[in-house]
Amino acid sequence: MSLIDRIKQFLGFKAKPDKEAKADEGASKKEVKKVAEEKAKPRIGYIHLSGCTGDVISLSENYDILAELLTNMVDIVYGQTLVDNWEVPEMDLALVEGSVCLQDEHSLQELMEVREKAAMVCAFGSCSATGCFTRYSRGGQQAQPAHESFVPIADLVKVDCAIPGCPPTPEIIAKTVVALINGDMDYLQPMIDLAGYTEACGCDLQLKVVNQALCIACGTCAMSCQTRALDMTNGRPELNEDRCVKCGICYVQCPRSWWPEEQIKKDLGL
Amino acid sequence: MVLGTYKEIVSARATDKEIQNVSQDGGIVTGLLAYALDEKIIEGAVVAGPGEEFWKPEPMVAMTADEIIAAAGTKYTFSPNVMMLKKAVRQYGIEKLGTVAIPCQTMGIRKTQSYPFGVRFLADKIKLLVGIYCMENFPFASLQTFISEKMGIDPTLVEKMDIGKGKFWVYTQDDVFNIPLKETHGYEQDGCNVCLDYTCELADLATGSVGSPDGWSTVITRTEDGNSIFQQAVETGVFETKDMANVKPGLDLLEKLAAQKKDKNQKTIDKRKEMGLPVPY
Ligand code: SF4
Ligand code: SF4
Repeated sequence: MSLIDRIKQFLGFKAKPDKEAKADEGASKKEVKKVAEEKAKPRIGYIHLSGCTGDVISLSENYDILAELLTNMVDIVYGQTLVDNWEVPEMDLALVEGSVCLQDEHSLQELMEVREKAAMVCAFGSCSATGCFTRYSRGGQQAQPAHESFVPIADLVKVDCAIPGCPPTPEIIAKTVVALINGDMDYLQPMIDLAGYTEACGCDLQLKVVNQALCIACGTCAMSCQTRALDMTNGRPELNEDRCVKCGICYVQCPRSWWPEEQIKKDLGL
Repeated sequence: MVLGTYKEIVSARATDKEIQNVSQDGGIVTGLLAYALDEKIIEGAVVAGPGEEFWKPEPMVAMTADEIIAAAGTKYTFSPNVMMLKKAVRQYGIEKLGTVAIPCQTMGIRKTQSYPFGVRFLADKIKLLVGIYCMENFPFASLQTFISEKMGIDPTLVEKMDIGKGKFWVYTQDDVFNIPLKETHGYEQDGCNVCLDYTCELADLATGSVGSPDGWSTVITRTEDGNSIFQQAVETGVFETKDMANVKPGLDLLEKLAAQKKDKNQKTIDKRKEMGLPVPY
């Protein structure tokens, strides 16, 4: 089974039946070749909605694997700055950066079309996954005063997995890519679960950890916050709301939110 | 396995007299971090150092063996060490970092290493994680209650605290006080009551006094790195060791306490689940 079929199967999509690869005698050589190519390389699209481009920059920080990845392992079939193609094509994976603006017709249309044409949609980065700092928008700004309401893409379309982060680190992107290529679903499971975490805030630590009698004063949340919105006071996280961008990373990294014990033991050789 | 996955378990103590004097038990944490610094296995370590207020530790970055020795001794209240790791890497420019952590802190660090969603370029810089055994941890105010109210001592006179032989001990310059551990129950932070890890099962190596005689510690080596660093230190003469089979009270006690924690807290977890409260395990 090809790589992308494996991934799709793992994500609950039906893999293309194998017989498609062994095309009929009657089928033209060209078609056979096309199917073979499609199976060999996953087709990936990069969709840029309301985000700051930080996520794709973080991706590109994986210099060591990027050249190999782009030339030999995937086909980038769509992306404003990457491909000269304005029609949304069929694709295996859509990486969506940025939240979606309800007053922006083009973004809405693009997102809907992408959902239709992509087998998998990944909310890539916190803006796409949780809304992140675009949650604070109230409109009334130049150049589009009417652009007021920005929401995570999961509010409008089904999202298959999420990689939060403001931006996600180069390492988590590399680890995810490697897991995808190896069909390592155990590693990817948290990303699939996180697709449902769309209303994030630093106050989640108080509501979902401290209030639930789960906090143990480790300080992981305060270390993880990418805007230094958190400090530790008497062993509990203290949020400076003015600095919080609602990326959700503190809660995602807290050892008391979800706990990937098997993966950790595997990584440590224990 | 009630003690987690491990390579070896021995009873050990630091041979250095200075470390023996300042340390809680066998001086394993202090001795090993100082050794790793000297051997350049690490360039710095995050430890629980003395804070401004009495016995209220603050995480600190130690860059020399002297600083490590100055921070020796077990602290029985929070020191959110994990928070300091990023600072050690970013502000102190440490490329190879060591740290000491209790089981739940270790969980936070290990989760960040396996899933570094928002923490850049830290995961691979943590070269040595020394774990310590932990039954529970107390908010600072709980310690105040034990010392000022239950023992009637001025907290500023306290020089050392310890838990052992079923009691919570406090040492001043001239005296030793204790209360039965039973009297501390209900004062621990509640988050500890769903934790199933007593012997820091995800550390590179873990240590604590339980199982070994006074002045010695029981060391459990776990990862390849943890095991080889400890063996090197033993060969160099930083530590002397004894076979666990030849020491009292021995491995049985460690296993007993580890199992007790798991049993008791599994019940709490089950109860919480019945009530519909979230539990990450
Ligand atoms: S506190 Fe920090 S990490 Fe948490 S949601 Fe706010 S900005 Fe993100
Ligand atoms: S990361 Fe640690 S300190 Fe922060 S909320 Fe979670 S348990 Fe508490």
